[in-house]
Formats: sequence, structure tokens, C-alpha cells
Amino acid sequence: MSLSDPRLRAILFQALVIVGVVALFAMLFSNTLDNLSRRGIQTGFGFLDHQAGFAILSSLIPYSETSSYGRAFLVGLLNTLLVSGLAIVVSTIVGFIIGIARLAPNWLVARLAGVYIETIRNVPLLLQIFFWYFAVLRSLPLPRQSISFFGVAFLNNRGLYLPSFDSVPHLAGLNFQGGFVLIPEFVALLAALSIYTAAYIAEVVRAGVLSVGRGQTEAAYALGLTRGQTLRLVIVPQAMRVIVPPLTNQYLNLTKNSSLAAAIAFPELVSVFAGSVLNQTGQAVVVIGITMAVYLAISLSISLGMNLYNRTTEPAVRA
Amino acid sequence: MNAVDWARRNLFSSPTNAALTIAALWVLWVAIPPFVDWALINAHFQGTSRDDCDSGGACWVFIKQRLPQFIYGLYPESERWRPNLAVALLIAAAAPLFVRSMPKKRWLWIFLFTAYPLIALVLLRGGAFGLSSIPTNQWGGLMLTLIVAGIGMAGSLPLGVVLALGRRSDMPAIKAICIAFIELMRGVPLVTVLFMASVMFPLFLPEGMNFDKLLRALIGIMLFSGAYMAEVVRGGLQAIPRGQYEAAAALGLGYWRTMNFVVLPQALRIVIPGIVNSFIALFKDTTLVLIIGLFDFLGMIQAGLTDPAWLGFATEGYVFAAAVYWVFCFSISRYALTLERRT
Repeated sequence: MSLSDPRLRAILFQALVIVGVVALFAMLFSNTLDNLSRRGIQTGFGFLDHQAGFAILSSLIPYSETSSYGRAFLVGLLNTLLVSGLAIVVSTIVGFIIGIARLAPNWLVARLAGVYIETIRNVPLLLQIFFWYFAVLRSLPLPRQSISFFGVAFLNNRGLYLPSFDSVPHLAGLNFQGGFVLIPEFVALLAALSIYTAAYIAEVVRAGVLSVGRGQTEAAYALGLTRGQTLRLVIVPQAMRVIVPPLTNQYLNLTKNSSLAAAIAFPELVSVFAGSVLNQTGQAVVVIGITMAVYLAISLSISLGMNLYNRTTEPAVRA
Repeated sequence: MNAVDWARRNLFSSPTNAALTIAALWVLWVAIPPFVDWALINAHFQGTSRDDCDSGGACWVFIKQRLPQFIYGLYPESERWRPNLAVALLIAAAAPLFVRSMPKKRWLWIFLFTAYPLIALVLLRGGAFGLSSIPTNQWGGLMLTLIVAGIGMAGSLPLGVVLALGRRSDMPAIKAICIAFIELMRGVPLVTVLFMASVMFPLFLPEGMNFDKLLRALIGIMLFSGAYMAEVVRGGLQAIPRGQYEAAAALGLGYWRTMNFVVLPQALRIVIPGIVNSFIALFKDTTLVLIIGLFDFLGMIQAGLTDPAWLGFATEGYVFAAAVYWVFCFSISRYALTLERRT
């Protein structure tokens, strides 16, 4: 074997790269350990049991200032999942409506849907979150002058008050009592994420519907199906096969984009854990590592779930 | 076909359609007149302070007064000719690239990727040739947005090509490293990458060594969008038929020559739309640097809104910012469309 042998060169090159990568990581690792010990920061996961000492605005599980950092992490994670889950539902509904409208035979409706898509997609999501939070929700009236929805739900600058199973929100003193409240940060984030992702989903839906051949529509009409029936029974089932993979991507993007909430301090994973906890403990490596691992896990599980679903929409026999 | 026929066919072809048309008209009626009234008819353009805005319409005076800050951030007023000159130089060098019949484009590209960044850096940063030094924490506004976007784009494309080639390589170790990097970056949000760049990078370095916050953010953005670019480029590589590789091998070309002269030129041309989409996404993502405390265009607007002298003009600020971002993104995407049709 000589140096001009491509196989030998490949092995040498790979060995070199591996050594380089390992050396880089070893150097970063030792530097990090040095820096941490100089700043008096203990390594490891022990800090997760320490008392957090800060309050969190909105939590799905019991949490107080005496709870641990680990508990704060859980609160943030649940808030991330909550806002992503709700936004996925809303954006899917809105996105399908806009996507179908974009293809409507009605010229005006199709144009309006087009304007919506082009406007929303070309403006940064962070700007939209700011807009909903600072320009819309912060300038809503005080609780006394709330915007009322049929007397059971109320919108004001403290948030959205919704009826719960056992009580309807009512004005008591300066604020509402009863029901449950969605804080403005949550409403702003949900609105911005849903509206933004819906524009992308609309394009996905449009591409899916267009991918079904024109002959399918004509055949359906020839069989005497109405437009609605054609859409529901012929086009959508076939379009779903094309729609699902990019739709999964949009869901993943939405979940990752929920991390922008850090900018308006909605207590989701990044803002609680990579923000407050990191600032108090200085555990940069562990905290960022855990945060990234969580998002990776969410990403992988969503794509796994969608792949399973994708298998069910695939036709049994393919020519 | 006259207007009535057209309307009958496209707007009122069936009862449902007519109802939809009327609903759409109602939406327009509710949305557009109040907006025009607010943004133009009732709005204020003249004046210098908030007292000049008293009619309840939009107060564009705020934007006008703050515009220099929105564009340059905290860059000293007397030195603003430097970024202006850098932009003028960029336009002068890049404009001929858009002329299709221009000869020797290669040299312009080489200039843009080697000499120009150095010239721009010296101009903006100063500290040499008698220019006063202006540290990067004074950079801001639209200028910073364009710097981050420009360097991000210029850096992520080559990185993406390298990663894509690595991912399709026959060498298992290279392939594994590239896949791990790409999937890691694509699986996490940019915010966490930026947090990593701002709090973890300083820990990585030996004691006493530190580097600029802007540079750290740039590296984070480049790594992140490089991973997305890699997947776009990979799509192009996969579209090149086997015959091309075999023909190149038959001609006796080695790996790098095959890639350089045969595969990449074709593959990159195929994925121009994807590359442009990534660029637009990157341009919008530059806003995220404000989360780690850099004052880009949106960051300056946000800072302007908290100025006690101008409280309560959030809507004007955001509408203006949205319009600027929209113009940039929309024109990039339209240009890509014409490129696509041409090739």
C-alpha cells in the first residue's frame, strides 16, 4: 500500500479528523473545567435540587419560590409543551382554511389568502410576537372596561379570562375572580405562533392539493360528486400523503420557535431554565446541554409520531 | 370579456361563491379604511416631538426623529460616513454581478469574499489608518442587521456545502460527524444556539482570552444556518445522476475536481430556490440576536419604544419595522423567482 492508494488515504484522513475532533473537545472540556473551578461553580447535576428562590408567572403544576431548580425546569417544559400543543392545533385549522381558500375559484378569496401568506411569511416571527404583546395586548383596556365575549369570557390588559368547569369569571374589585386566566404573554405567543405557522401550513396544503392530478377532480365531477364531496373524499385523502412530511416540519419549527418567548418573558423552557436558572447558578454547560437535549427529544418524538401516522395514510397497494 | 362577465364568472358563480365574495368584501371594508385613515389621512408627518401628534392617527414623527438610530444604532454621528462608504462600495462591487453579460465576474466574486470583508471591517471598526476605533457594542440598527445577515449568508453557504459533501461521503467517520452536527443543529432552536454562543463560548477558551460578543453571535448563526444549508445542498447533490460521477471518473478526475467542476455547479443551480429560502429565513432570524443583548434593527426599535419621551407608539414602531423586513424578504424572494425562470 502506498500513499497514492485512495483507501489508505481515506483511512489516514479519517484518523486525522477524528484525532482533531477529539483534541478539540478535550481542549474545550479542560478549559471549561478550569474556568468553572476558577469561578467556584460546582459541576454536575446537584444544583437541580437546590432551592430556586424565584417566582414563576404561570405554572401548570404547584410551584413556589421554595421549590427546586428541577421543579422550575419542569414548569418551563410543561409551559413549552402547552403553548406548542395549542398553537399546533390552532395553526393547523387556520392553515388548512387559508390553504384551501388560496385555491378557491373565488378570485377575491384566493387573493386575500395570498396576501395573508405573503405578508405573514415575510415578517420576522419575533417582531410579530412583540406586536401582539406590546402593541395589542398591553394596550387593551383595564379589567373594568374589559372586552366581553357573551358575558362569560373577558379580555383585558391582565389577560384572557375564560370560564372553567366550576366557575365563570366575574369582576370583583379591580380584577376578575373565578374561571381561569391566560396571561397576556401566553396569549401573545399563542397568537403569533399560530398566525405565523398557519401561513406556512397554508403553502404546504396548497402544494399538497395541487399535487393531486386534475384528472382526479374531473373524474369525481363526472361521477356526479359535488365540489365539497370531491374535496373531502377524493382530493384530501390523496393530498395528505404529500402534506404530512412537510407538515411535520412545520410542527417541529413551531415547537422550536416557541423558545422566542424568552423575549417577552413567558415562562417556557428557555426563559425559565436557560434564562433565570442559568443566571442564578452559572451552570452554563449543564443548563444549555439539558435545554438542547429536551428540544432534540421533542423534535425526534414529533417526527417519529408523524412517521407512524404517515404509514397509515399510505395506500395499501401502490402501482 | 368585460368586467361584468368576469365578476360573474370569478366572484358570483354560485350562491356559496357570492356569499364568500360578500364576506371577503366585508373583511376588506372593516380592515382597510380604518387602517388608511390611521396610517395616512389622520397621521402626522411634520414636527419634532410627541406634542405634534394630537389627532389619534399614526405618529410617523417618532420614526422620522429616530430614523438615524434605527439605521446606525449608537454609531457616533460624525463617523457615519464609514458605514455609508462600506455600503456604497458593496453596491458598486456587487451591481455588475447582476448584469448577465458582464465578463470576468469571477474576480468580482473573489474581491467580495476576500478583500471586501477586510476593507469593511477596517472601515467600521477603525483603529487603523487614522480612523478612530469604534467597538462593536456601539454598532446597531439596520447596519448591524445587514452585517449579521451578510456574514451569516456568506459563511453558511460554504459551510453547508462542506457539510453536505461530508454527509454524502464514503468515509464512515466523516459521514457520522457531519450527520451528528447537522441533526443536532436542526433539532434545537436558534435561541439556544445563541445562548450557547453567548454564555458557553467564553467558558471554552483558556483564561484571559475572550472574544467579541458580536463575533460569538455570528459564529452561532453561521453554524446554525450552515446545518440547514447542508440539507438544501444535499438535495441538489442527490439530484445529480450517477452518470455524471461515472463520466467524471472515466475522464480521470479525482474527488475534488469531480465535485468542483462537474457536480457542484449543477447541484447548486438546482437548489437556488432552496438556498434563497434559507437566506430569507436567516434574514428574519437575525432579529433573535436581540435576545442575547445585541441591538439590531428590531432591537433599536424596541429600545426606541421604551424612551420616556416617546411612550405609546409601539404600533407605529412595529408597523415600520414590519414594512422594512417585508420589503427586504419580499424582494429577495421575487429576485429568486426571476432567477429560477431564467435557468
